[in-house]
Amino acid sequence: MFSIIQGIVQVLFDGVAFGMLLFVMSVGLSITLGMMRFANLAHGVFAMLGGYVTATLMYRGGWPFLVTLPIAFGLVAVVSVALERFVYRRVYAAKELDQVLLTVGIIYMSIAAAAYVWGPEPMTFTLPDYLTVYRRIGWFSFSTYGALLLAFGTVITLAIFYGLERTRFGAMIRAAVDDRRVALGMGINVNRVFTITFAIGSGLAGLGGALGINALGLDPSFPIEYLVFFLIVVSIGGGGTVKGALAASLLLGLSDTAGKYYVPQTGAFIIYVVMLLVMLWRPNGLFGRS
Amino acid sequence: MTTAALKTHGLNKNFGGLKVTQDVKFELPVGARHALIGPNGAGKTTFINLLTGLLSADSGTIELDGRPITDLPAHQRVKRGLARTFQINTLFPDLTPLEAVTLAACERHGTSRQWFPALANRKELIEEAYALLAELGIGDQAHRLTRHLAYGHQRVLEIALALATRPHVLLLDEPAAGVPAHESGILYEVISALPKEIAVLFIEHDMDLVFRFASHITVLVSGRVLREGPPAEIAEDPEVRAVYLGTAAHG
Amino acid sequence: MTAETQAANAAAVADFRARARWQWYEPIFWLGAIAWYFLFPTYLPLGTQVLCSALFALSLDLILGYGGIVSLGHTTFFGIGAYTAGLLAKYGWGEPITCLLAGGVTAAIAGWICSFVIVRVQGVALLLVTLGINLVLYEIANKAYTITGGADGLQGIVFWKVFGVFDYDIEGRVAYIYTLAVVFLLFLVARRIVYSPFGLALKGMRENWKRMPALGAALRHHGALIFVLSAAIAGLAGALLAESVQFVALDSLGVQRSVDVLTMLIVGGTGVLYGSFVGATVYMVVRDQLADLNPAYWYFWIGLMLVVVVLFTRNGVVGALSDAAAWFQRRGRAQS
Ligand SMILES: Nc1ncnc2c1ncn2[C@@H]1O[C@H](COP(=O)(O)OP(=O)(O)OP(=O)(O)O)[C@@H](O)[C@H]1O
Ligand SMILES: [Mg+2]
Repeated sequence: MFSIIQGIVQVLFDGVAFGMLLFVMSVGLSITLGMMRFANLAHGVFAMLGGYVTATLMYRGGWPFLVTLPIAFGLVAVVSVALERFVYRRVYAAKELDQVLLTVGIIYMSIAAAAYVWGPEPMTFTLPDYLTVYRRIGWFSFSTYGALLLAFGTVITLAIFYGLERTRFGAMIRAAVDDRRVALGMGINVNRVFTITFAIGSGLAGLGGALGINALGLDPSFPIEYLVFFLIVVSIGGGGTVKGALAASLLLGLSDTAGKYYVPQTGAFIIYVVMLLVMLWRPNGLFGRS
Repeated sequence: MTTAALKTHGLNKNFGGLKVTQDVKFELPVGARHALIGPNGAGKTTFINLLTGLLSADSGTIELDGRPITDLPAHQRVKRGLARTFQINTLFPDLTPLEAVTLAACERHGTSRQWFPALANRKELIEEAYALLAELGIGDQAHRLTRHLAYGHQRVLEIALALATRPHVLLLDEPAAGVPAHESGILYEVISALPKEIAVLFIEHDMDLVFRFASHITVLVSGRVLREGPPAEIAEDPEVRAVYLGTAAHG
Repeated sequence: MTAETQAANAAAVADFRARARWQWYEPIFWLGAIAWYFLFPTYLPLGTQVLCSALFALSLDLILGYGGIVSLGHTTFFGIGAYTAGLLAKYGWGEPITCLLAGGVTAAIAGWICSFVIVRVQGVALLLVTLGINLVLYEIANKAYTITGGADGLQGIVFWKVFGVFDYDIEGRVAYIYTLAVVFLLFLVARRIVYSPFGLALKGMRENWKRMPALGAALRHHGALIFVLSAAIAGLAGALLAESVQFVALDSLGVQRSVDVLTMLIVGGTGVLYGSFVGATVYMVVRDQLADLNPAYWYFWIGLMLVVVVLFTRNGVVGALSDAAAWFQRRGRAQS
């Protein structure tokens, strides 16, 4: 009985931490989709890049883990703006298929580029000592790394909601997501709002990838491996709703963790089946607008 | 008493907290020429979307020829004779008008899932499609790609596609939207020349056109029916003038 | 009827007839495929693979290039066809024609089951669903290694003689002819669909699915029908490949192959029938040439090819060729 409760608490802890991480990584995609109807399948490339930035700075440069995080955020944001300006902007008005193909092409190119620069094998890490210790509260033991994920995830999530709900810029974003044409009519420079939002969203993906290097693993095929996770978050959540993305991320994080904990032999199978059932039941997502 | 061609009762629709259609009671008699007017955002397009099944109502009923169609999917309403055009062109850019109207004819004949005979052997459908385009005055555009058509011709094609379904109730959402003033009159001549059996409801912002072509007007404001009646009455109504005509004159 | 309307009507019908007529390059193409047999006897296995991939791409073209349904998981049906044929042969029934048909039928049934979800979703959700179905099936095939051989693939399968006469030979001569014949027959079926009323309805779906219900079209029925057909053809392509290489690899169900086939189709051109053949040829030849490169790197060039095609061509190689032809025609006319 006791071990059952212990297991549940463990799964809750790890699942919520993983869910938060997923949310930080994918919230940008959800907003992009809502605002521009742009399906950026290459979103995972930003997360991968963030991971490699942190890994490189830590192991080649000897930088402290925590210091590398803002750099991962900033660098990825800058790269994403360049990509948005020179490539993505050309296909906003294009058919969805073109967007899919273009971003798949970018995934391929970045996989090869990552393999060229960092090698095709998975990166191995040794996190700083303070992140590898286990702490106990009573009978419940947890890793400081997990606690860090949870803490960062919570803070960033709160910041995102605060930014969206309470700031002027957040109001502009919401207006643009709700109805682009109306926002334009209100005199909002939707293109600029979008570029900034895109940069922040991509930067967050990079930050998530950097934070999660130990939990997610890091190798050149990262953008493909996690593509289905991102798609689940935006589809189940319903593109454009941040609350939906959060709920879907937590759901996904919890069910993935629970699946790995209780029925490890089924792999990712359970998530996929649950996802298909949800899509059959609510094609527009659990929280989507019809 | 004759049954109305189209009738709604207590129709409601909300978008989140926004009440876009509120308790709308509406009747379109057989063969009517009826205008639906109201300021921007009044819910006119939404009302048409509810009638045609593009949106489903939160509550209320819709009847076509005295039979309920509230729960019918959009394409089956079309089969019962209810057709529409779109405020923003909703066409097939890489098909020719001839192909598009032939497609509509195939759908009407229920042959659209057939592989035999080849399309080129469905002479009667193709000729019917061409005849319709010629009748609406765009026969000479029949073989060009839709995306190369002049905007005004695209607006006519909107109507052609709706007529190809052989409706007896036709809903036109701002058919002349974006068309220069001297051409919109021509467009309405086409509309008023439609057979008498077809009941027409059109949304129109240009009051001259409304008064010229409508025999009956419904005024929609904030999702509610504010007034309805013959043009002369509506033109004199102080509340309509204040709410709608006044703002139109300024904006 | 006046003479004028009669002429206009005739022109209207002639328009449709002209579209469906066999073009000059079509016999050249198929004769070329036959010539390949005599000209490149050492490249017959490559030719067979190109044909199977082209047929697979053609099946995708029917839903994507004509119906406008984007799939990131179409190899689901290719793999089902391949495994069906392979398993039949492994467990005692290796007659090629029936195995082929069985592959097509099981894939069609799977397509029919999937179609219930497919026709209800659009956009990103559709990508997710097609990808998800693909992943689920891959996991199943991977885990059920007692039946499927798991990651080692389905080995030790032997197909009988074609028509009980022609034995699969080492040089791949029989496999090539047999594959070419089947592919040609299925091409004729696809061609028939494309120029039928149903083909027009599919183009309508691709061009503007929102308008279709307003014309009275039962979109979901259209979508389900073409999806089942496409799944069947993909299954036939998978079965054909299994028969010609006498092996089914687990990656015939891999998402990578779904993306590969999408890439082939896009590079060739969508909605033009021959795009799948051109794309498959280009793709396979490029891959053959880059074979010395580490696969980790050669995907860079495939990715670049996709980006270039999307940004700079109207519709892949076929689109670029027809644009060029139109340009020369215009120039010729301007000069004369
Ligand atoms: N799908 C939707 N989701 C949320 N709000 C919507 C949706 N469609 C319309 N609205 C809102 O409903 C209101 C009514 O819109 P509608 O398009 O019906 O107006 P309209 O009378 O046709 O206006 P116009 O004259 O500009 O065409 C508007 O405020 C609009 O923003
Ligand atoms: Mg409107």
